[in-house]
Formats: sequence, structure tokens, C-alpha cells
Amino acid sequence: MASQKFQRRSSSTEPEFTTASLPDIVFMLLIFFMVATVLRETDIQVRTQLPQAEALTKIDQKRLISKVHIGPLKRGENQGQTAIQIDDALIENRRTIRQIMYNKLQEQPQLIVSLKVDQESEMQIVNEVQQELREANALRINYSSNREGPPPS
Amino acid sequence: MAGLLDKRREDREEASIPTAGMADIAFLLLIFFLVTTTINVDTGIGMTLPPKLKPNQNPPPVKERNLMNVLVNSQGNVLVEEEEATVAEIRDRVKKHVLNYGNDPSLSASPDDAVISIKTDAQTPYSTYIEVLDEVWMAYREIWDQIAQTNTLPNPENSSAGLDQTYSSYREYYNQLGPDEDNQIRDAFGAQISIAEPDTGE
Repeated sequence: MASQKFQRRSSSTEPEFTTASLPDIVFMLLIFFMVATVLRETDIQVRTQLPQAEALTKIDQKRLISKVHIGPLKRGENQGQTAIQIDDALIENRRTIRQIMYNKLQEQPQLIVSLKVDQESEMQIVNEVQQELREANALRINYSSNREGPPPS
Repeated sequence: MAGLLDKRREDREEASIPTAGMADIAFLLLIFFLVTTTINVDTGIGMTLPPKLKPNQNPPPVKERNLMNVLVNSQGNVLVEEEEATVAEIRDRVKKHVLNYGNDPSLSASPDDAVISIKTDAQTPYSTYIEVLDEVWMAYREIWDQIAQTNTLPNPENSSAGLDQTYSSYREYYNQLGPDEDNQIRDAFGAQISIAEPDTGE
């Protein structure tokens, strides 16, 4: 009896997924993530909650940008202390900023320094960094800020 | 009878989900995501720092009437031309100062001469500074918006700004500019915003 049942089943149509379009779906997902993913090249060790503003300009040429992060340290023994991070290194001595920026300016004469400053920082440190940038003659800066209103979900 | 049944079974085996439309659905979704996803673009307030002065060089002189001083203290209080003001008032004060065209002797002689100077205290919160700077820029933006909409400069002669058409806003004009094209609005009506040097000791 059992073998007869089995035979009957196998003789009927085998339900099967059509896999012809599976590559399409996979490619679609791949392309979507390629487009939407922003690669974070550095580990940011300071918190930078950006301020909000209205008179914003976009920087389309990403290769001109050099980011300077200013904000309280996220972790470590000096947690909460305001620190400066350029690329992936924390700046111990603020006087070294001019040399770093000068070198960057040699590589990219149209350098734009994007200041990503936490909104609770005090102006003193921002002014100090700006003085250093003037020393290095890196004069194009951009106060990175977000559009006013609730952040887009 | 048996032959007929066999034929029917054969028919059933060929039935399958039509997959021809699958690619269309995939492309539709792809295009949907392409359109709706915004790639993270860096936005911010652009500024140009003043070049470093040589040791015994004095900063370029600015006539007192052309200068509009905005001071922000550590509590976030704002002082515009020695008077207390709110952040919201700055926009109108800047516009009045810039668009004076020599009428009021205490305000600017012309928009090209007008300088807005922002000075902060060491303990001023960064967010307050950005708020003030944003208001000053927005004052200029509103003037530029008007130039883009009417294609006339706001001077007493109402001379043409030289645009080939009018735009709904400055942003629209700015967005259609090519990378090598001159920004005619900003060339005709520039903004001078200066970040005052911090005091180096009393």
C-alpha cells in the first residue's frame, strides 16, 4: 500500500520554484546596497552631534573634503573630555594641526576642511582650530550641519 | 480512456509560474530604491577664513559705519551694535544694514562695503554660534532669493542682475549652475561675513 502511494505522488507534477529570475533579484539587492551604503573609512572616537542650520550648501566633490571632528570622547579613560580627531588619529598637541593641514593642502590645493563639531562644544577649541588652519593657509572651511527640523527617518 | 487521462497529465506538467514579468518587477524596485535613496551628501555652512596676517601687518581698515558687530557671549546672549538683541532679530538687522545704500549714516554705505563681523566668547556654545551665523547667511539668502525672482538688484536704480531668466529661488539658480559657470548673483551682490579673531589675552 505504502509503495503504491509513493508512486502516485512522484508521478504527479513536482512543485518547483522558478529560479530564472533569482539572479535579477540578487543583482538588484547588490546594486541597491552598493548605492546606499556609505563606507565609513575611519572609526570616529569623538561624539559629533551636528548643529542644525538653514543656509546650507552641499559639497559635491567628496575628494576635496578633509574632516576634522571636534567633540567629547566617546570612551576611554578621558571619556567626555573634548578632543580633536583628524582622519583616524586623535590630536594630542593642537600645534600639530597646522603641519597636518599644510601637508593635505600640498596634495589637494582646493582642500575644503569640513569641521564636524559637536553642538555642545565651546567656541574656544573651534577658534583654536581655526587659527591653526589659518597658519596652514587652509582657508576654505565648512561648518558641517544638518537641515533644520526632525532628521529624516 | 486511459490515453485521454495521460494527455491531461502531460498538460498539467507544463504549467508553471510565468516568470517573464519578474525582471520588470525587479527593475521597478531597483529604480524605486535608486530614486528614493539619498546618498549621504555633506552639507554645511561654507566659510572662508581670513588669510594669516604678516607679523607687523595691520588688518585692512573698515569704516565704522560699514561694520556691523555681532557679539555672542557665553550665555548665548547677542549684542548687535552695542544693543541687546535676540537671535531672531539678526536677520532683519543684517538686511537693513546691507540694503542701506547710504541712507542712514550709521549703517553701511553700500552692500559691497558692508561687513558683518561675528565675535564669540571662549565659552560660547558652538550651536549658538551656528545659529547666529545661519541667521546672517539667511539674510543674504533672502536678498539673493529676491534677486533670482525679479532679476533686479535691490539698489535704488533697480538695475538688472543680468540673469537670462528668473528663478523661483536662489537655490534653484544655484543648482542649475555648471561647475565652471560664474555665480552672477554672488558676483553682483557678495556677502562679507567675518569671523573676528579671538582676543589673545586681555
